Amino acid sequence: MLLIRCPYCEEERPELEFRNAGEAHIARSANIAGESDDDFEKFFFIRANPKGIIYERWRHIHGCARFFNAVRDTVTDKFVMTYKAGEPKPAKLPGAAK
Amino acid sequence: MSAAFRISGAGRLSQAKTASFSFDGQSYSGIEGDTLASALLANGVHLVGRSFKYHRPRGFLSAGAEEPNALVQIVRDDARKTPNVRATVQELYDGLTANSQNRWPSLAFDVGAVNDIASPMFSAGFYYKTFMWPKWAWKDLYEPKIRAAAGLGVSPEKPDPDHYASRYAHCEVLVLGGGAAGIAAALAAAETGVRVILADEQAEFGGSLRFESGAKIDGENGYAWAQSAIGKLKAMGNVRVLSRTTAFGYYSQNFVGLVERVSDHLKNPGHDLARERLWQVRASRVVIATGAIERHMVFANNDRPGVMLASAARTYLNHYGVAVGKNVGVYTANDSAYAAAIDLKKAGVNIAAIVDLRDNPTGPVIDEARALGIEINFGRAVVSAGGKLRVSSMTVQPKNGGGGRTIPVDAILMSAGWTPSVHLFSQSRGKVAFNEETRRFVPGTYAQDCVSVGASNGTDGLDATIDEAYAAGAKAAKDAGGKAGKSAKPKVDAGESWSRGMLGAAPGAGPGTTVKAFVDFQNDVTAKDIRQAVHEGMHSIEHVKRFTTNGMATDQGKTSNMHGLAIAAEELGKPIPAVGLTTFRAPYTPVTFGSIVGHARGALFDPTRRTATHGWAASQGAVFEDVGHWKRAWYFPKAGEDMHKAVDRECVTVRKTAGLFDASTLGKIEVVGPDAAKFMELLYTNPWEKLETGRCRYGIMLREDGFIYDDGVVGRLAPDRFHVTTTTGGAPRVMNHMEDYLQTEFPHLNVWLTSITEQWAVIAVQGPKSRDIIAPLVEGIDMSDEAMPHMSVREGKICGVPTRLFRMSFTGERGFEVNVPADYGEAVWEALWTEGQKHGATAYGTESMHVLRAEKGYIIVGQDTDGTVTPNDAALDWAVGKKKTDFVGIRGLTRSDLVAKGRKQLVGLKTKDPKVVLEEGAQIVADPKQPIPMKMIGHVTSSYWSENCGRSIALALVAGGRDRMGETLYVPMPNGTIEVEVTGMVFVDEKGERLNG
Ligand SMILES: [Zn+2]
Repeated sequence: MLLIRCPYCEEERPELEFRNAGEAHIARSANIAGESDDDFEKFFFIRANPKGIIYERWRHIHGCARFFNAVRDTVTDKFVMTYKAGEPKPAKLPGAAK
Repeated sequence: MSAAFRISGAGRLSQAKTASFSFDGQSYSGIEGDTLASALLANGVHLVGRSFKYHRPRGFLSAGAEEPNALVQIVRDDARKTPNVRATVQELYDGLTANSQNRWPSLAFDVGAVNDIASPMFSAGFYYKTFMWPKWAWKDLYEPKIRAAAGLGVSPEKPDPDHYASRYAHCEVLVLGGGAAGIAAALAAAETGVRVILADEQAEFGGSLRFESGAKIDGENGYAWAQSAIGKLKAMGNVRVLSRTTAFGYYSQNFVGLVERVSDHLKNPGHDLARERLWQVRASRVVIATGAIERHMVFANNDRPGVMLASAARTYLNHYGVAVGKNVGVYTANDSAYAAAIDLKKAGVNIAAIVDLRDNPTGPVIDEARALGIEINFGRAVVSAGGKLRVSSMTVQPKNGGGGRTIPVDAILMSAGWTPSVHLFSQSRGKVAFNEETRRFVPGTYAQDCVSVGASNGTDGLDATIDEAYAAGAKAAKDAGGKAGKSAKPKVDAGESWSRGMLGAAPGAGPGTTVKAFVDFQNDVTAKDIRQAVHEGMHSIEHVKRFTTNGMATDQGKTSNMHGLAIAAEELGKPIPAVGLTTFRAPYTPVTFGSIVGHARGALFDPTRRTATHGWAASQGAVFEDVGHWKRAWYFPKAGEDMHKAVDRECVTVRKTAGLFDASTLGKIEVVGPDAAKFMELLYTNPWEKLETGRCRYGIMLREDGFIYDDGVVGRLAPDRFHVTTTTGGAPRVMNHMEDYLQTEFPHLNVWLTSITEQWAVIAVQGPKSRDIIAPLVEGIDMSDEAMPHMSVREGKICGVPTRLFRMSFTGERGFEVNVPADYGEAVWEALWTEGQKHGATAYGTESMHVLRAEKGYIIVGQDTDGTVTPNDAALDWAVGKKKTDFVGIRGLTRSDLVAKGRKQLVGLKTKDPKVVLEEGAQIVADPKQPIPMKMIGHVTSSYWSENCGRSIALALVAGGRDRMGETLYVPMPNGTIEVEVTGMVFVDEKGERLNG
C-alpha cells in the first residue's frame, strides 16, 4: 500500500484514504459549448497514459476530501510529489536529474 | 517409550514430554516440540504422500517451509480440516490427527499411480495438448476427471469456526528472518532505541543455527546464543519479537504483510485465541535476513521416500534428536553434506558412502569425514535410487560413465548447494544479479529502503554474516533516526562456511536421457520435461515455467527454480542470466483466506444501512431487499399473500386511497451559498436561476459526454439554498462529481455542499387521500392546491418536529414526501400510519414503487438508462435548458453520434398477450424469421405485471423507437417468440390529472 502526501493535510497517509481521479492539467474550456470536435476529443477522450512520469488528480476522500495533483512514476508507482489543485505543473521535479 | 529412530542424547527436546498423534489412522508417539515430520521420522515413517501428477510415493525432502512433498491434511473436527499443510512446519500437539492426500485407496497402494506408468502421456505441456479434442469430451469427460484427480486434500464440510486477528504496526526497523543474521541486525538496531520488529517463521529462533553444530558465538553454542539474544531482545521495550510469523508479501514503501500462526500448534486453542493474526507493518527500513535454501541433486528417482536434503537430516538429528535412517548414503556437490554425514556418524548412524561429484575437493570437513572412517567417492555420481515406497539403494558410477555398483541404503542425503532466498527482495521490486563465480542470483539493484544480509545476500560464513548484519542493522536504525547505540557486536568463535555446488541435472539425467529425475517435486516436473519444453519452442524461462509448470506449485519452486533455469539454459546454449529468473510474487508461502479476511466475515463483511422505519417495517412482516448497503422494505405481505398478491394489493390501494413508502435512502445534498443557483445551472441541464423559492424541479445531471448520470427532484428552500435529491445508488458519486467540479473547475463559485442523506428521514405519502392523511399532523403549512401546488416545498412542523414537506409524486398520484430529522422518522411514520389507516392506506415497498412509477413512464437512472442514454433518448429533452450557454454535458450532447438518427429511444411495450410479462434485459428484433444471429434493435429495461392496468407493461430502449409507435416487434425467448406493440411510456392517466386528484 502506497503512502500519499496530502498537500492540504500536509501529512503522508495510506492509499486507502485516497481515490484516483484521472489525469491532471486538463482544463475544461470556459467556452465548452463552442469547442470544435477535435478540441473536445482532446479534452474528453485523449489521455497520455505514459510509461514513467504521470501528472494525475487524487482526492483525499476519506480525509479532508480535497482534490489535489500528484506526480507519479507509473513504472515504480512511486509518488514524486503532490501539490494543490490549481497550482501549475511543477517546472522541475525533485530528483529529476537522476 | 522412545521411538525407534529417536537418538538419546541428541536434539533439544525433552524426552519426558510425549505427545501421541495419528497418521492415516495409525497411532504414534512423539515429543512436544516435534514437527509432524520429525515425529513421523522418529517412528521410521518416511512415506507420507503421493505426488500430484504421477501419484509417486513421496517422503520428506526438507525440514522447513520449502517442503514440496510432505503435504498432509490436519483434522481437528468437521469444520477444521486443513489440507496441504506441510508436515515439516506443522508443530505436534497431543492428539493431532493427520491424513495423507492424493491417494486411493491407500497410501501404499494408490490406483492413481497408473499415471506413473502412463507418464509419456503426461509429459510437459500435456494440459495444452491432450484435452484439445474431441470437443465434446472436455465438458463430459476430461473436466470432471481432472477436477476429481487434481484435488489435494479435502475441504471441511462446515464454515470455519475460528477467528482471525488483524493488526497494523509501525516500526523504524523491520527484520525479516531470525537466524544469526536477523538476530544480529535486530540487536544492533534495538540498541539505538528505535522501534524494531523481528519476525521468523519458525517456532524457535536461530535459523540454520538449529542444525549447525559447529557454530559458536559469544562463547556459547550457536543455538544457545540465539536463544539468549532473543531473550534480551524480548526484554527491551522498543522491540517486538514474533515467532511462527511468516513475512509473505513485500509491498510498496516498505509495507510488509506477515502472518502469525497463533494457535495451530496448540492441543486445545480455545476461542479466546485467534487462529492466525495478520500483521500489516509499515517500516522505515527493512532488513532482509531470510537465509538460503539447500538444493537437491537431480538424478533418477531422486524423489523416493528417504531421499532428502542434507541440512534437513541434520536438523532432524541436531534439533529433534531423530536419525533419518540407519544406513545412510550421501550425494553431494559441495561441503555442507559432509557436515551432515559427520554429525550422523558421531550419533552412531552408519554412513554407507559419500558420493561427491567434485574431482578432488579438499577441506577440513572432508578430512574429518575421512578420519571418522566414512567411505568417500570423488568424481562419482549417484545415477539412480532404488526402492519404491522407501529408498533401498543407490547406484554409483564414475561421473563420466563406466561401471557402477549398487550400495544398499535406507536414506540418501543430498546437497547441490545453497540458493539465497531472494523472494522478499524480489517482491520489493529489487532486481537480482547473477554472480558468475558463485553461480547464484543475489540482490542487485534495490527499489526500496531495505537491505539484504547474510545468506540471502550471498554472504558466506558466520563471521562475515554477523559483521554484515550487525552493521546493516545499525545503519538502518541510524538512517531511520536512531541514536548511536553502544556497540555490542556478537563475537563469532567458530562457524561453518560453504558455497558453490552445482546447478541442473546431474550425470545420468542429462541431455538424451529420459529418466525421472525430478526438478520440481510438487508439480512432478523432471529434467526431461524442461528439455522438452525448450525443444518445443519455449525459449524464455517464463514460457518454460508455464509449459512445464516448473515452480508453479504452492512451494513456488523454492528448491527447483535454479535447477530448472540451468537445464533450460544448457539446452538453449545460453548463459543463465540470458535466460532470466522468474519473478517472485507474494505470498512467500501459502496464506489462508481466513487471515486475509480477518474479522470481515458474516455481519461484519460489509456495512448495513437501515432506515429509521426499519424496525417498524420488520414488525409488519416486510420482506427486505438489498439496495447498495441499504436494507429496503421490498413488499409487505399480509397473511396468505405471496409477493405478487402483495404488490398487486399495494399498487391498487395507492391509486385508490393512499400508500406510505420509506424513501429515506434517496441521496440528499444541500447546495448552499451566494452562488448556489449558478452552481446548479452548471451541474444540471435545467435552468435554476428563475426557480422560485418554495418550488421544485426535476433535474437531470449529465456527464461531460452528454449521457445521463443521475436525476432527482430539487427544491429551492431559499435564494441561496437548494435541497437536492439523487438516486439511492448514486448519492456518493453525485456528491463526488459535484465536489470535483466545485473544487477544480468552478472554484470561483461560493458554494458549500453537504451530504444530508442520513440527516433526513423521508416518508412518501402518495394517493388521492395523501393530503387528508398528512394535514391533521402539520402545523404552519397551508396544504391547499392554491397555496401548495404540485412540485412545491414548504418548511414547517409535523407532529411538533421540523419538516421539509415536498409536494411531489413518483406515482402519478397526488403525493407528498415528508422529510423529518432522522431521529423522529419512526415516530412520524407511526403517526402518519395511524392517520393512514383511517383512510384504508397501505404501506408499500420498493417493488410497488417500481411498478407505480413504470405505470407512469417515470424512468429509473441505471435501470432504464445505462450510461449511453441522452435526455433526448429518454424523452426528457424538455428538461434541458435550451437557452443555457454552459452546463456539464452541453458539448457532449452535440456530438455527431448523439444527434444521429436511429438512436435507441425509450418507449413503452405492450405484449399482444396481456398476461405475458416480458423479462427485463430481453432483446428485441424487428423480424423474428431472420437467420441467427439476429439483428437486435433494443432491449427491455423495465417490465412488470400492472394490476391497475390489468395487464403487463414494459419500458424498452428501441432503435428509432418513437417513430415506431404501433409497430409490432418481437422478443425471441427460449420458449418461443413474444409479440409486442410499441406504445407511449405512460400507461396510467396520460393527461396527469391524478396529480391533483
Ligand atoms: Zn487531506
